[in-house]
Amino acid sequence: METKKKLVMIGNGMAGMKAIEEIIDINPDLFDITVFGAERHPNYNRVLLSSVLAGEMTVEDIILNDEEWYRKNNITLHLGKPVVEIQRGYRKVVAADGTTAAYDCLVIATGSKPFILPLPGVDKEGVITFRDIYDCERMMEASASYRKAAVIGGGLLGLEAAKGLVNLGMEVTVIHDRKTLMNMQLDEVAGEMLRESLEEQGMRFRTSTLTKRILGDDRVRGLEFEDGSRLECDIVVMAVGIRPNKDLAEGARLFCNRGIVVNDYMQSITDPSVYAVGECVEHRGKTYGLVAPLFEQARILAYHITGQGLKTYTGSVVSTKLKVSGVDVFSAGDFEGNGSSDTVMYLDRKGGIYKKIVIKDERIIGAVLFGDTADGTRLFQMMQDGTDVSEQRSTLLFGNTMLGDAGHSGLAQVSMMSPDTIVCGCNGVTKKMIEDAVVKHGLTTRKEVTGCTKAAGSCGGCGPLVDQILVSILGSSFARSANAMPLCDCTELTHDEVKEEIRRRRLLTVGGAMRALEWKGEGCDTCRPALNYYVQSIWPKETSDDPASRLVNERMHANIQKDGTFSVVPRMYGGLTTPEELMRIARVASEYNVPAVKLTGGQRIDLLGIKKEDLTAVWRALGMESGYAYAKALRTVKTCVGSRWCRFGTQDSMGLGINLEKMLERVWAPAKLKLSVSGCPRNCAEASIKDLGIVGVDGGWEIYCGGNGGVRVRVAELLCTVRDADEVMEIAKAYVQLYREDAHYGERTSVWIERVGLDRVKRAVVDDPQSRGALAARLDEYIETLGEDPWKARIREEEERPGMKPIKIDARAVNE
Amino acid sequence: MKWLKVCRKDEIPERGGRAVLAGGSRIAVFRLSDGRVVAVEDRCPHKEGPLSDGLLTGATVICPMHHWKIDLESGNALPPDCGCVKTYETKVDDGIVWLRL
Repeated sequence: METKKKLVMIGNGMAGMKAIEEIIDINPDLFDITVFGAERHPNYNRVLLSSVLAGEMTVEDIILNDEEWYRKNNITLHLGKPVVEIQRGYRKVVAADGTTAAYDCLVIATGSKPFILPLPGVDKEGVITFRDIYDCERMMEASASYRKAAVIGGGLLGLEAAKGLVNLGMEVTVIHDRKTLMNMQLDEVAGEMLRESLEEQGMRFRTSTLTKRILGDDRVRGLEFEDGSRLECDIVVMAVGIRPNKDLAEGARLFCNRGIVVNDYMQSITDPSVYAVGECVEHRGKTYGLVAPLFEQARILAYHITGQGLKTYTGSVVSTKLKVSGVDVFSAGDFEGNGSSDTVMYLDRKGGIYKKIVIKDERIIGAVLFGDTADGTRLFQMMQDGTDVSEQRSTLLFGNTMLGDAGHSGLAQVSMMSPDTIVCGCNGVTKKMIEDAVVKHGLTTRKEVTGCTKAAGSCGGCGPLVDQILVSILGSSFARSANAMPLCDCTELTHDEVKEEIRRRRLLTVGGAMRALEWKGEGCDTCRPALNYYVQSIWPKETSDDPASRLVNERMHANIQKDGTFSVVPRMYGGLTTPEELMRIARVASEYNVPAVKLTGGQRIDLLGIKKEDLTAVWRALGMESGYAYAKALRTVKTCVGSRWCRFGTQDSMGLGINLEKMLERVWAPAKLKLSVSGCPRNCAEASIKDLGIVGVDGGWEIYCGGNGGVRVRVAELLCTVRDADEVMEIAKAYVQLYREDAHYGERTSVWIERVGLDRVKRAVVDDPQSRGALAARLDEYIETLGEDPWKARIREEEERPGMKPIKIDARAVNE
Repeated sequence: MKWLKVCRKDEIPERGGRAVLAGGSRIAVFRLSDGRVVAVEDRCPHKEGPLSDGLLTGATVICPMHHWKIDLESGNALPPDCGCVKTYETKVDDGIVWLRL
């Protein structure tokens, strides 16, 4: 038997254990793992220490992995044994009590220590830092017998400590060397508002104040400042910042600067068998103290150490939220700006609301929110995605409560929601259920919340809200750019990477793509349909459909209903029908006892409640084409009657609608496509909420794109105005093909356009005639590969090889 | 318990399922990617979705209604969901699928 490689982890904190969890998740049998922890406690959620101090949680509540967990995963755990030496020559580490451990791979996750100002008197009894459970316990003890506390440092940590001490009934004064509180995260205005708000909660402040020395005999009695004034106090909490713990690494001659210097795989640049992760690390000149980037590092480390590929860590943009109840502060990126950036701002001092967004080259580079932080997640997402905001400057500050987000309005204020509020309407998950799961299982991403509670697992509409709940609990944003998210749990590759590989390596089948791209298992209901679409849209002539990778509706060419029956919607081009068609439909409905006949929103007729085994007979009797009402494909082209009938009509909307539908029928797309054509600006066919909406005007047509009337309302944007119907057809072709090639599977045009920007679509479809022509030609080529109507094909197949009827077996037919 | 003849194996779509009515019960038989044929009750424990119409991955079927994942070997729903379906013994003999009822 092959012996396993030995992995030693120095440090039992959040970053280190996240790395171990990720490694075990990838391959539990790869390493013999040994963990050394300096503290006596098992791994706990340090982010929540302030909640322990504030009395909102107990120490037990914030434990992440108990000792049982280590046992279960066969990890040797040495608690209370700080490592004092790394002998790289012998590949072993030595702990303070003489315990040694040999390694093949070493991970240093020693974290950081509080920085202690070198003031005279810092060694006096009663000077405390705020870093671990022990510090918390000391503060809680002190509050029992003393009344006055001074906190040196008005940053994130200092204020959280101060708030905790106020909750413990102490009189607290915060001393800060700068004028602005949290000056690393807030500008002057927000800092000032924060101060006012905290003063209302009973905190006192001395800003722009430097401490000269700590007074007292053995025990602290007070502080003396540079200006000669004094402050009486019984304890001093030092919270002026953290310094990476690099002494151990430096002692082993691993190159350190501010922290242990690592490459993009999280390896020490001195020794590739030594990795480092967390607050002790310096990567590309930056050190991080918030949990989101550390977890990102842990993932990359796990990926590399298990030989799983070449993902790299390229640094993180961080956002911060202060965890002090009653005060909402959010900050991200470059919130000050400079000469080349500009600012969008809203200030309501009396109402206690301040919002500032810093924009450079039409991209958000930073933001500060005070009082109302509901938009924090959204803005941070836009910042990470590099979304072009030129078109939305006027509404940027009011985003989630404005038109276009109807599905979310009012819900955005997570803090105002009662615990019983349903967050995920699809799966009936309440705010409290999510919060409990996050705390109990230490969840940090939307995906993990979905895995645990199912929230955001269906329509996904509540995803941003789930993110906000995560932010509100964990204190910093965990939202990762959708672009950088793997397609699903079966792969580490993103949508774009998968598409690129299919193109580059000429992958022609779902199975072939999964093998070539080292898929985990046989895929899932997210990736298999996506791969099936990608191979067919990229290689239309070379591939064929994989029915086993289609979900039931697209496989059956009908919509499954709650009782397992199906619905049938025949195509009615442009919403136009005839008496003959209507009579056929009526006859079928009565002959097959169709329980419900309903007019759809897309101007056609839905026959509901049809048994699977009756589908082919119904299709045959209808003698009409499939309306694709079940598919990620062209659905309908809704029209008004236009100039043929309407006295206001300026254009023949029915004619154009019918032509568009005939051109685009049976065209598959990343998601459903809904079109409409109105004959005049009264817009009765509602072009403004369609994926592609055409509005006739006097002497031409306006073409709108990216509209949506569903989960998240979005008003379509004007793509261009053209003179005649042929031009509309050409633009429509190019637009649909660009969407087919460019969007992620499952992404509606509204989301796609928000991601890539309207400008990109305009350039490819409108401005550049060559690009437009090429796109249209590719769609034409694709359309030529489309077979006959799927219902006709199924009718024939069923005659040759029945597969829709259940097999009946006679329970008496016995074989002995 | 008796072995009952169901159909030819190739009457079940590859990596797919088929519904079988036997007496009063509705059973889903599946043809897995490794060639095995397995059978469970054709009713998702969640809201009675027809599992025979689900998407197969390995020995797991994903219910077409609300995406519950059912392990076809044990009949148990995979976490975070909770529930189970009845499993049936099957065998394939000379290309013919048999079910034990």
